[in-house]
Amino acid sequence: MATKLPAVDALLVGFGWTGALMGQELTDAGLNVLALERGGWRDTTTDFATTFIQDELRYYYRHELFQEPARETLTFRNSANETALPMRQLGSFLPGTGVGGAGIHWNGQNWRFLPSDFVARSHNSDRYGAAAIPQDMTIQDWGITYDDLEPYYDKWEYLCGISGKAGNIRGQIQPGGNPFEGPRDRDYPNPPMAMTYGPTLFAEAARDIGLKPFPAPSANMSRAYTNPLGVQLGPCTYCGFCEKFGCGNYSKASPQTTILPVLLRKKNFTLKTECEVVKINLDSDGKRAVSVTYVDTQGEEYEQPADLIVLSAFVLHNVHLLLLSGIGTPYDPNTGAGTLGKNYAYQIVSSVDVFYDDKILNPFIGAGALGTVVDEFNGDNFDHTNLGFVGGGYIACWNTNGRPIETHLVPDGTPKWGSKWKKAVVQNYLRSMSISTHGAVMSHRGNHLDLDPTYRDFLGRPLMRMTFDYTDNEHKMSDFLTGKAEEIARAMKPREIRSNPRKGHYDITPYQTTHNTGGAIMGSNPGESVINRYLQHWDVSNLFVMGSSAFPQNPGYNPTGTVAALALWSAHAIRTQYLKSPGPLVQA
Amino acid sequence: MLFALVRLSLACACAATFCVFPARGEQLSFAQVERGRYLAAAGDCEACHTAPGGKPFAGGRAIPTPFGTIYSANITPDRTTGIGAWSDDQFYRALHQGISADGSYLYPAFPYPWYTKVTREDADALEAFLSSLDPVANSPPPNQLAWPLNERVVMKGWNELFFHEGTFKPDDQKSPEWNRGAYLVEGLGHCGACHTPTNVLGASEKQSALRGGKLQDWYAPNLTADVRSGLGNWSVDDIVAFLKTGRNSRTVAYGPMSEVVTFSTSKLKDDDLKAIATYLKDVPSGAGEHKDDQTQPDSKVLTVGKALYVDNCSGCHQAEGQGVPAMFPRLQGDSAVQDRDPTTIARLILNGAHAATTDARPTQVSMPAFKWKLSDQQIADLATYIRNAWGNSAPPVSAPKVGDVRHSTAPDSAQERGETR
Repeated sequence: MATKLPAVDALLVGFGWTGALMGQELTDAGLNVLALERGGWRDTTTDFATTFIQDELRYYYRHELFQEPARETLTFRNSANETALPMRQLGSFLPGTGVGGAGIHWNGQNWRFLPSDFVARSHNSDRYGAAAIPQDMTIQDWGITYDDLEPYYDKWEYLCGISGKAGNIRGQIQPGGNPFEGPRDRDYPNPPMAMTYGPTLFAEAARDIGLKPFPAPSANMSRAYTNPLGVQLGPCTYCGFCEKFGCGNYSKASPQTTILPVLLRKKNFTLKTECEVVKINLDSDGKRAVSVTYVDTQGEEYEQPADLIVLSAFVLHNVHLLLLSGIGTPYDPNTGAGTLGKNYAYQIVSSVDVFYDDKILNPFIGAGALGTVVDEFNGDNFDHTNLGFVGGGYIACWNTNGRPIETHLVPDGTPKWGSKWKKAVVQNYLRSMSISTHGAVMSHRGNHLDLDPTYRDFLGRPLMRMTFDYTDNEHKMSDFLTGKAEEIARAMKPREIRSNPRKGHYDITPYQTTHNTGGAIMGSNPGESVINRYLQHWDVSNLFVMGSSAFPQNPGYNPTGTVAALALWSAHAIRTQYLKSPGPLVQA
Repeated sequence: MLFALVRLSLACACAATFCVFPARGEQLSFAQVERGRYLAAAGDCEACHTAPGGKPFAGGRAIPTPFGTIYSANITPDRTTGIGAWSDDQFYRALHQGISADGSYLYPAFPYPWYTKVTREDADALEAFLSSLDPVANSPPPNQLAWPLNERVVMKGWNELFFHEGTFKPDDQKSPEWNRGAYLVEGLGHCGACHTPTNVLGASEKQSALRGGKLQDWYAPNLTADVRSGLGNWSVDDIVAFLKTGRNSRTVAYGPMSEVVTFSTSKLKDDDLKAIATYLKDVPSGAGEHKDDQTQPDSKVLTVGKALYVDNCSGCHQAEGQGVPAMFPRLQGDSAVQDRDPTTIARLILNGAHAATTDARPTQVSMPAFKWKLSDQQIADLATYIRNAWGNSAPPVSAPKVGDVRHSTAPDSAQERGETR
């Protein structure tokens, strides 16, 4: 029997980026806020100190900061005619756990989506005709526009101290920035990162073939920064340990380096760690969430009532919890009915490695979002007529790291082990770099999330089942991007290149990105989405669902900037509309 | 506040049913209590009179001294374990003369040699504030002092030798601001309790006031005008920012000073901080002024130290020791770095430290511990380099000295390696 606790005004389920943002906003609004985090406490001082954090074996290969599959995982299959099996070790994506979530171990590549990304279905139909969108491609408009989100992108970028160069300020194209980005109100708060040799060569070659390269927007600090909350970040040291690691120098924006120092001082905020929410409880008519049930590390069960409940866990956990709580109608890929679990999507990535004889690139001088990018082939920045696909992606030369276990590029034909491999590593370590393509994944009728009929977790709950594969659209698009990356690579005049296109079915074992999206998507009507434009659940109006689970499909950029902007947009609606008059913010 | 007053009157009402005489008048003036609250912050009372994890002002915090451990008193208005039964005069006598309500002598871990300067008016306000608190029943553990110091009467002789009773007397030759600063520094602020050297009997050497002192294996820096190890290069604004926010463009507050900033100076008004700074800027460095006459350290030591610096320190403190303002201390020109006594720099490298956090500077900035990574010799070489790089000048540090500090400041190092599981 669960112990019933005193009610709070607002409850946050999960305490990563969106939990921290909502915590800050809702406590500012005067609410008593409680955050429940399944993992432990983490802070720069205690957990990421520079004296030990740069340890590849411990943090990447032994997954110290990530979710443990023995405790929580999912089952996977490529298509409905297969039997899904549990993911017993992490591979393709790396969900975080603990305070700060994956906001601890991200690279810091921070983007705004294109204006056309938010209206993917209507934009593509208008420009290329309805027939350009295949029948089983279930892409949708988001129910909001880029202009709606612009002030919240801006707020987020200043909170994080993003380093970058604007490409479009209020319609004025800015030399040196990304000319394709939506208009922004002002430049980034910090200048771009100091550029290393590899990305500089990439930018020169891209410029030579008529493209417009620009420095990537980075949540690694190009200089010391104090954000509008008074929280301080240190200048990046370019140590090359960002993704998969916490930052010991306070140089990467994370909840810990931007919000928590202020939020944790507030008397109307409480954080409980190692408390896993297992269910959201509804009232008898199913219209109102009254509480959550959570368990602590001793297996003790508690019922925590709240007036307002915010799901702020990772995309996969948000959807899993909704499924387990029976909130919303599960999606049926055969009939297209139901919305919960619909439009799960991912990212499609490929790369082209570049090898020089005469250039020393010092790859170990790196940072997670240090790089140069071209955006000509992202979204609908180019004419798709007769290309046979929708969407696109960016092509970048990231100098994220030269970590010895992970990063040692070798040319085609090199054996995978032995003395020839070692010789090739020695010969190429300092003289090689990689160009990556980062492609969109359009949603597809068959790609979805639901509950597994067979496998259960340590609490006896059904695991979530992921059904996902790339379609022809993704492969055509990714091959197109890879071809463009090869063109730039050749223009860099290297000794040789090695192309690594994405082939065949989606494989959940090799690491690709933690850019999982969809399953609790937003939209303009309850027939085709789980949440409305303010991230409010259509059926249960005191339940808000944050995160990339809201994305109706996944554009060609990293998701964090948009996840954060959506959270701030939602928080603003809660503060200015919902709290004054609780109830649906959009009439169904 | 209204809440506290209501609670207080309830507490008094309850007390009145059990004893004939209420402890004090039942009407507390709001203005008096608030003034006392501010003065309690200026006196940093809460820091010492609160045990780790304990109720504020309920005492029981262990205060290590060279003579043994003293536990701070419960100064909440609890009638049996606190000071609820004390009269106004008894409270003032404790502050002014270091004599407890029962007539016994207090140890100068309670800084009555400074508090004697406090005016009667301020003492009464302090008392009003303390009596507005909720009474907490808490009896601190007995002090652990060796004979004869465990006999409080010994302090009578100590007082005769070293204690100078007397309320602060303004200097007419100086500005009101200077006098206000002097009153705070020499009185409630009791800065000299740490920053003035002490003799073998633990008494401050008045002739060396504020020239730096040693406590709990920290070296409390020189606050005089000495340009290397003192505040000679600090502006009034530097001092105000440091006391207000715990950070300035030069350094951050860490170690025991971190607590002083958190509980005391960050709560003071800007005018008072400016007065403190004005007074401190006028304290002469005296005959002990830092001289750059040391023998130049061995160049091999400097080479090794520099390599260690680049690998371990430059990420935060930057290549030329310039630091990051209000975040990572500037080592170039830093007074703690160049102090003749290397205790502080040695223990900082060994054990790391946490910077003070304040509303103005909420980021928890910390230096990690290096004791598990670097040997005594490496830390000695590194410290010697830092003390003599970028125009710095201070005597070399020896490995045995680092070893002594390592030994005397040894906490559990598992957490320092991030072994949280």
